[in-house]
Amino acid sequence: MYKIVRRRNLNDCVTLFEVDAPEVAKAFKPGQFAILRVDEAGERFPLTIAAADPARGTVTIVFQIVGKSTRKLNALQEGDQILDFAGPLGKPSDLDGLREVCLVVGGVGSAAGYPLAKALHDEGATVDAVAGFRTRDLIILDEEYREVSKLYLVTDDGSAGEKGLVTDRLAKLLDEKKYDLVIAVGPLAMMQAVAKLTRARDQRTVVSMNPIMIDGTGMCGGCRVTYYGEVKFACVDGPEFDAFGIDFDEAILRSKMYRREEREEDCRLL
Amino acid sequence: MKKRVPMQTRSPRERVKDFSEVALGYTKEEALLEAERCLDCKHAPCVGGCPVEIDIPKFIREIREGRLEEAAKTIYDANFLPGICGRVCPQENQCEARCVRARKGEAVAIGRLERFASDNHQPEIRKIAPDKEKVAVVGSGPAGLSCAAELAQLGYEVHIFEALHAAGGVLTYGIPEFRLPQRVVDSEVGRLLALGIKIHYNTVIGRTKKVRELFNEGFQAVFIGSGAGYPKFMKIPGENLNGVLSANEFLTRINLMKAHLPEYDTPLKKMRKVAVVGGGNVAMDAARSALRIGAEEVHLVYRRGREEMPARLEEVRHAEEEGVRFRLLANPVRILGESEVSGIECQRMELGEPDESGRRRPVAVPDSDFVISCDAVIMAIGNHPNPILASSMPELKTNKWGCIEVDERLRTSVPGVYAGGDVVTGSATVILAMGAGKKAAREIDAYLRSRHAL
Repeated sequence: MYKIVRRRNLNDCVTLFEVDAPEVAKAFKPGQFAILRVDEAGERFPLTIAAADPARGTVTIVFQIVGKSTRKLNALQEGDQILDFAGPLGKPSDLDGLREVCLVVGGVGSAAGYPLAKALHDEGATVDAVAGFRTRDLIILDEEYREVSKLYLVTDDGSAGEKGLVTDRLAKLLDEKKYDLVIAVGPLAMMQAVAKLTRARDQRTVVSMNPIMIDGTGMCGGCRVTYYGEVKFACVDGPEFDAFGIDFDEAILRSKMYRREEREEDCRLL
Repeated sequence: MKKRVPMQTRSPRERVKDFSEVALGYTKEEALLEAERCLDCKHAPCVGGCPVEIDIPKFIREIREGRLEEAAKTIYDANFLPGICGRVCPQENQCEARCVRARKGEAVAIGRLERFASDNHQPEIRKIAPDKEKVAVVGSGPAGLSCAAELAQLGYEVHIFEALHAAGGVLTYGIPEFRLPQRVVDSEVGRLLALGIKIHYNTVIGRTKKVRELFNEGFQAVFIGSGAGYPKFMKIPGENLNGVLSANEFLTRINLMKAHLPEYDTPLKKMRKVAVVGGGNVAMDAARSALRIGAEEVHLVYRRGREEMPARLEEVRHAEEEGVRFRLLANPVRILGESEVSGIECQRMELGEPDESGRRRPVAVPDSDFVISCDAVIMAIGNHPNPILASSMPELKTNKWGCIEVDERLRTSVPGVYAGGDVVTGSATVILAMGAGKKAAREIDAYLRSRHAL
């Protein structure tokens, strides 16, 4: 059992938990994720790790309420226990030698992107962060991002920051400079749009995939993505991939695999 | 008494509606009758066919004499998972293949008797207080469990590290309830752990912790029994369409996550017509599970013929009785569909010369393509060893299939690290993995004792 030591509602749709999981906290590196199961009847599902504190033995997870399982998770309060919490899973990001990085994040993806921004900042790299949200009330972690990066906020409706899409701001930044790497973390459609833009500009880009999976250790093969024409398992070979190799159309179809079976109302963030 | 006593099974029409066990096991009368058939050979060739060396004539004699508790104990002395082995071991290729009676009739039904004895009575477990070093076991499948049990009995402090949230490995996530009820796995694994073995769930060695860290934590030896659970795909067009899944995923959703039961949250794809690709036990398990979750048609597509199927004869027969349609000498070349699967295109095959496995090699018949219409395809064509642990440990030697290389004493290229079971051999059987786990435990014991002698 893994105790929730702190809970913070980032907004109506997104919650942050700090979970007591010392071994995961000790092993975590930016880019990795966790898999959890809320209770005996629960499904196993992957979640973003937004931070880890090895000294406190805690891991911070951030999740959007999108279906039954995340609603169940969201019903837990400080002091409650999560039944199973496995991780860190996936390969860590390769941040070696990066000096100038643009991080493009959308919605709850900004939580997964945050440890990358922080690690890069701590290594002395310059980080531009373009963070997109649907509207002002859904903005999360902007304070945290400001501490470690130059933040460009973008909203669909212009209620905060610039009005438009993350790719609008990214295009302007790319007009001015070339980055060692662009990292995009967010909804598939956003990552696809980023890849399209950066490919045209010959700007090296990686994306972080978050497909449906059960075990997160390579056993189910549900998380397969087509990468430069080959099948890869996101949990073992990823979750980060060179953006230009990913078949996004297929990934988008696969993300809807259980839409009919689940029929849950999405809490829209982007 | 040439014929063995048959075991009762539920009728196909009834059993295909649920996941309850198909084979019902012997009654006491049936078991006593079957035990009478044992010739109690002095040289006991059957024991040589048992990877965990159960004293078979002894336990059968005990059944015959009505000393059922002693029979269970005799089995238990060599095998902590007899209810499991009695159900899923391919006895026909092992102990029973060597039975003297098999020469002129049917072998004694050793597996059924093992199941009877262990279902009938479970010997008392006594917790053993360890007085020796700490040993780590990676994986709680058949190899890891049998290694752990043996080490615990030798006095070692054993910790098992398991990636999933439940123990048993393939016994829990892979083999369906109708062949191996979860209560049997839970009971036998629970009793084994009661020897004083500690199990750490949700711990992925290679990610949560590396083997090197285990040594830093004071473990003096490590056994790797992480199995072969990394599913193969055919690399044909359409394989990533929605509705194509590995047998691992399909069976895990049902067996481990209980997705077919309404009170559980894990979703399960609705399937009307299913094509299962493969001819092994896992393919049979997947096909029969598909029927049980309500598929109207299940086609089993296999590129060779019936004789060449690696599945146990009994499983093939059960699948057939339940209505699985065998599409033999057929090889998938493409999966059809826009976003969802709509069919699978196959090529007819014929058998040519034997290949390196000794089975006749299937050869494609030109212009023989045909389509099976279906809304789901389940790939059951085998598994590779999981690559995570090995990739976290470059000094650990593996072969080109990703199997860990060991010498005849099950030592890997890293001192103090042993491996056995499917992670060494590739997909094989529960009992071979158990045999390897047990052997590794003895080797680890010899290794640790030799260090004291220095």
